[in-house]
Amino acid sequence: MEAELKNYKRRLKYRKAINLIVNSLTFIAALIAILPLLLIFYYTVSKGISRLNLEFFIEMPKPVGESGGGMANAIVGTLILVGIGGVIGLPVGIMSGIYLAEFGNNKFGQLLRFLTDVLSGVPSIVIGVVAYTIVVIPMEQFSALAGGVALAILMIPTITRTTEEMIKLVPHSYREAGLGLGIPKWKTSLFIVLRTAWKGIATGVLLGLSRAAGETAPLLFTALGNRFWSTNVFEPIASLTVYIYDYARAPFEDWNAQAWTAALVLIILISLLSLTFKIITRSKYKTN
Amino acid sequence: MYEKNRYADGKWKTDRGEINLIGKMKSVKKSVKSSRVYIGDLIYEKMTLIFAIIVFMMVILMGYEMYINSKMSIDKFGWNFLTETTWDPVEEIYGALPSIYGTLVSSFLALLMVVPLSLAVAIYLAESAPGWLEKPLSFMVELLAGVPSIVYGLWGIFVLVPWLREEVEPFLNEHFGFLPFFDGPMYGFGMLAAAIILSIMVLPIITSISRDIMKSVPSIQKEAALALGATKWEAIKIVLKNSKSGILGAIMLGLGRAIGETMAVTMVIGNRPIISESLFDPGYTMASIIANEFTEATTELYLSALIELALILFVITIIINIAARLLVWSLEKQWKRN
Repeated sequence: MEAELKNYKRRLKYRKAINLIVNSLTFIAALIAILPLLLIFYYTVSKGISRLNLEFFIEMPKPVGESGGGMANAIVGTLILVGIGGVIGLPVGIMSGIYLAEFGNNKFGQLLRFLTDVLSGVPSIVIGVVAYTIVVIPMEQFSALAGGVALAILMIPTITRTTEEMIKLVPHSYREAGLGLGIPKWKTSLFIVLRTAWKGIATGVLLGLSRAAGETAPLLFTALGNRFWSTNVFEPIASLTVYIYDYARAPFEDWNAQAWTAALVLIILISLLSLTFKIITRSKYKTN
Repeated sequence: MYEKNRYADGKWKTDRGEINLIGKMKSVKKSVKSSRVYIGDLIYEKMTLIFAIIVFMMVILMGYEMYINSKMSIDKFGWNFLTETTWDPVEEIYGALPSIYGTLVSSFLALLMVVPLSLAVAIYLAESAPGWLEKPLSFMVELLAGVPSIVYGLWGIFVLVPWLREEVEPFLNEHFGFLPFFDGPMYGFGMLAAAIILSIMVLPIITSISRDIMKSVPSIQKEAALALGATKWEAIKIVLKNSKSGILGAIMLGLGRAIGETMAVTMVIGNRPIISESLFDPGYTMASIIANEFTEATTELYLSALIELALILFVITIIINIAARLLVWSLEKQWKRN
């Protein structure tokens, strides 16, 4: 009896020790996991901040050898590209999301849900190639439009699935109240259900837009890049991300420094978008 | 007697004459029925259906367009495209093997490094983290997923690569140089750098999906174990056992992301179409060949070979994604049944 108890106590000690070790290991793992994030932010801020001034936002890139200059064309270019992507992607994404939520309880809906999931896993470079084949080849020119199409294809799956999920989150009683008053289904859906869900949908849209703003690969051979000021959608256009790519690989220190500043501006732009996202979702939970 | 006859013919005799009951009912029924089919509902359904079909067609069109545009290369090289080891635009010989090798090796190496780490983080977030710490940690992991890949690449070129060249690779070479993986000239740019960058980039995916899965495992078994005096870790082992296939799905989604990742890898892998066992040597991935050479493709065959690479990449990632979703879905179905 005595020996058994002793044995049990020893085992308990052992098990507790294992427990402690594993728990501390997982904690250390969590610390290691956030280390790269801190490093990346630290370097981007410390290397990019010295050139972050008004000049960067309103001036054009300077030729090699001249110091200074900004990326006004690239900032405007990124906004235009994301804008084109949004104009094409939003209606398609939101409407197909509505279809999935309202009428999607059939074989086609299931298939579509699956396809959007798969589409969201397709590499962005592949989407760039597709945009090249369907826009650049027929138009025989690189253009902002082609870049916008690529970004639209990229954001559609995100927007579709968020729209669907947000509509499904709306309590069923809202819909029943509308239908009970004799309001047709489409009016109930548009003016009651969608009006309740719009904040959630907006967050999905912002998420899609901010992801698109950070994309490089699909723009390399669609929007191409442009060293000059251009707002013409049928011509190549500059973007922040492609600028970072070119300037990072260039053998000029001045350009490398510009790349860091561009990266900082990009991160700020994306953070602003996701901050809006956080604020919107927070107020949504409060009202519920 | 009178009462019975009163309604016998479906007519209701009142002071003001007869009311045809059956006729009335029929007309009420008719109006109810017609009021339930609004033309607006039909238009609404069909309108949204059109956009749903657009999304559907888009996916089909993607595969079709790439197939048509790579037909020249498919016809010329056939299956040899997958096994040919030369990628030489000057001689017009295109083989995908070096880039397939580079893609698979860099991705699996990244998974090897990151899977234990991200599972540990997921366990911490799902099971042991105190509430005040869990939220900010989860937020930071999600933030890691939101950093654009070009920024990872920039950081890779100017911070990671010099560090590897000056510290890590000499160290590995000195102590493990007898292994063929850690032999040869040390550039910094190469397979090792690509694998490290990739491991940072897939960490948030694997972590957040496995955390969600662990959290949604029904907790009855875990609670029972705790009640019987199991330690926390012993209870966590039960959770892990129950979420095995979901975690496998999460790892596969991470693999899909790693295989398709372009910019960061292109910037640090060194971009040379060779197959070398040393991790210090430069390599090439399918995505980075496309990114690097697409605008330089001067001949039609060159372009169609690059598009064929994109097609292969498309097919591989689709297969991986389908497998991963099926794993996660089957698990969820299983929970629902229980």
